[in-house]
Amino acid sequence: MSVTLTVNGSLLTLEAPPAARLLDVLRERLGLTGTKEGCGEGECGACTVLLDGVPVNACLVAFGQCDGREVTTVEGLGSTAHLTPLQEAMVTEGGAQCGICTPGMLLSAEALLRERPRPTEPEIREAIAGNVCRCTGYQRIVNAVSEAAKKREALP
Amino acid sequence: MAPSIGTSVPRVDGPAKVRGSARYVDDLVLPGMLHGATVRSDVARGRLLGVDLDPAFDWTGITVVTADDVPVNAVPLIENDQPVLAKDEIRHAYEPVALLACEDRLRLAQAMRHVTLRVAPLPPVLTIDDALAAREAIRGADNVIKRYRITKGRGGAAVESCEVVVRGVYETGWQEHVYIEPNGMVAWWDGDTARVEGSLQCPYYVQKGIKGVFGLPDEGVDVTQAVTGGGFGGKEEYPTLVALHALLLARKSGRPVKLVYGRQEDVEASTKRHPSRVEIASGCDRDGTLRAVSVRVLFDGGAYVTLTPVVLSRGALHACGAYRWEDVTVEALAVATNTPPNGAFRGFGAPQTVWAIERHLDRVARTLGVDPVTLKRKNLLRLGDTTATGQTLKESVGVEECVEKALEASGYLEKRARGPIVTGRTARGIGAAVFLHGAGFTGSGEKYLKGKVAVDLLPGGRARVRTASTDIGQGTETVFRQIAADGLGIGVEDVDFAVPSTANVPDSGPTVASRTVMVVGSIVDAAARELRARLEAEETACGATRSAAWERLAADPARATSLVQYEPPPGVVWDDATYSGDAYPAYGWACDVAEVEVDLDTFETKVTGFWAAVDVGRVINPTLCAGQVEGGTLQAIGWALTEKLVTKDGKILNPRMTNYIVPTSLDAPPFTTTLVEAAYSRGPGGAKGVGELPMDGGAPAVAAAIEHATGLVLDRVPMLPEDLFEASVKGGAR
Repeated sequence: MSVTLTVNGSLLTLEAPPAARLLDVLRERLGLTGTKEGCGEGECGACTVLLDGVPVNACLVAFGQCDGREVTTVEGLGSTAHLTPLQEAMVTEGGAQCGICTPGMLLSAEALLRERPRPTEPEIREAIAGNVCRCTGYQRIVNAVSEAAKKREALP
Repeated sequence: MAPSIGTSVPRVDGPAKVRGSARYVDDLVLPGMLHGATVRSDVARGRLLGVDLDPAFDWTGITVVTADDVPVNAVPLIENDQPVLAKDEIRHAYEPVALLACEDRLRLAQAMRHVTLRVAPLPPVLTIDDALAAREAIRGADNVIKRYRITKGRGGAAVESCEVVVRGVYETGWQEHVYIEPNGMVAWWDGDTARVEGSLQCPYYVQKGIKGVFGLPDEGVDVTQAVTGGGFGGKEEYPTLVALHALLLARKSGRPVKLVYGRQEDVEASTKRHPSRVEIASGCDRDGTLRAVSVRVLFDGGAYVTLTPVVLSRGALHACGAYRWEDVTVEALAVATNTPPNGAFRGFGAPQTVWAIERHLDRVARTLGVDPVTLKRKNLLRLGDTTATGQTLKESVGVEECVEKALEASGYLEKRARGPIVTGRTARGIGAAVFLHGAGFTGSGEKYLKGKVAVDLLPGGRARVRTASTDIGQGTETVFRQIAADGLGIGVEDVDFAVPSTANVPDSGPTVASRTVMVVGSIVDAAARELRARLEAEETACGATRSAAWERLAADPARATSLVQYEPPPGVVWDDATYSGDAYPAYGWACDVAEVEVDLDTFETKVTGFWAAVDVGRVINPTLCAGQVEGGTLQAIGWALTEKLVTKDGKILNPRMTNYIVPTSLDAPPFTTTLVEAAYSRGPGGAKGVGELPMDGGAPAVAAAIEHATGLVLDRVPMLPEDLFEASVKGGAR
């Protein structure tokens, strides 16, 4: 079927079977390989993207459901020249180690910060609970999101 | 130039990772590339009678590889006992038997369903006890893979003459690595040259495997690490098999092949932490002075040898814990079973024996009626003491400071004195573990390995570090830049890190054994300092400025590179025959304190606070170092509380992230990490190893906290709610 959607701000029309995984369309058709596959069954959260601003597992989203909707992937955060405060904090606070969970983690955190500009630690932990990280122990990811919240507030 | 060592330089590979532009193996696409898949056995043991391809299926465009296509059908490792593809014999339930490749993944999946294996099943050996009973012989006559014996003083028999004798048995189950990126490789042939790129820790291990199987010279094989999404030991030896499979398909099809595992396949087929049973008898004085210990260590090696002898060795060498004993016997034994081969996993045998000795000393303390930490502190190894192998500790023993710092930060003593707190249905308690971890290869390993590192001067005042040490998330790229920058007296931003590829980097040894910073980092340091001396000599000889001298050397291929080989520290002596001497050049030391809440209705345990004080020598990068400690600790907490592989007839019943449960952000406690820096004279800047140490203490600390909260004594990990319930029914609370 033909699906028209917005990906990272660009309006696109693509032909793909309705049951194709959004994950595969992003990675293979659009070359947006920042979205990672860790389990293929919605448990690890590595493929988290925003669908109309809401974090979803792209491995569980049928492409046919994306018509008229807006998808944000990690490539849609920041720009080539600049990292967002969240991306920056993830690096400086030590929130990224191997990095494979990082794109999904960033999108879950981004969705939280849009909703709750000054989240508490429990709110941060809740927001990223669907994103499994095997490297960090999460403390430094939580710290990074807190730091990013402060930096975002300070922005004009 | 201010020194970089000791500062939290932001991870250099961080920006690419947060942008999503870092290229992992599954992100690589080669022209004409096929996708590969592995056909596996589904019985634990049997005779393979044949591989049948359904004649009704259209096999056009599908490449099929079987054992007949493998030039030398043995994966080169410690013993070459593991076939690349099974030919006659099935030894575990996920044994690779055939390989398929196709351009279209849907067709590939269909084809997989049209391959049938004809197998005559045989009775499998599935547990340590089955193996020891040897009713079925699957390795030699006794199923034993390896034995070690360590003795000190009068040996473990001295236990019987001690005032207080305590005995216990401690067990641990499998643990799966669950790196978030499953195993994967892309492979292609460039004429007669084999090329692979993928997710791996040790490029030269993969190269060795390919050379052996295809009969190629060094220069006929190029192995390159792609950005790797976690390893934890799971990508130490296993990726060799994935690379071999991808290369076989590439050779037969004449096309590049990508072979990336799905999660379920990765959990089922890849290596896991060795299950263990450790039996301990100890003797001490009534005042708690430890005297003698006798330890029997049993590990389940699984179907093939892989690295089991080395894992068992490290387990045996950590079996007496961080304590002084006059008389010791450690008997260690690994057996073969018809379960997937167990292999390297962060901690490498030590978490199992540290679990046992820590739980045992908790039991001794209970017997004596003292707090476990009081008992442990009284008997800690100090400078000048000798370990079970007779190694005299000459420097860098920060364990007392670790205990002090962890107790203070956590309020352990006050919380223990106050006793468990029960509020409604929740019981709260606190517990501690004290432990050590040998850094670098065991015994003579580094001496035989002769790791090499190159540092190059590049035009424009830049330098480049070339090693085979991979960054798998732990921060190698960043800390090696820091070490080289300080050695050369330049800024970190002026140092490059070469992508580890066997064509471009010398063999600095594998990325394992907490050796990257301490051992390879020390060679980086030596190479950088040698270049600095060259620069200084050039300045003097030519009356040139530093930057002019730099450009002159950088332009001269004969002088631009320093290639340095590891020099074992003098006075480190190890005897493999008697298993005595200096087992490790240096040890990391630590004290972990865990606070838990146990729900008295459901018996669920939640770790609510965790304080770790770790002596890793001089800290190169505090943020990255603490990240290692916290991440390793959470893996230990997962092993302690939720990570249980359930098997039936040798098959894994929960090979998915849905039912093999690793901790999420809601399961993880807040971490308070204190870095204690007892410098080691031979480490770069005084650094020791950090990677594995934090895996050792989490489980016993949590168990001690559960015991404090509930009175339930658990001697087996994982400690699921069902296990606490069973302990409450069977043993009653103490």
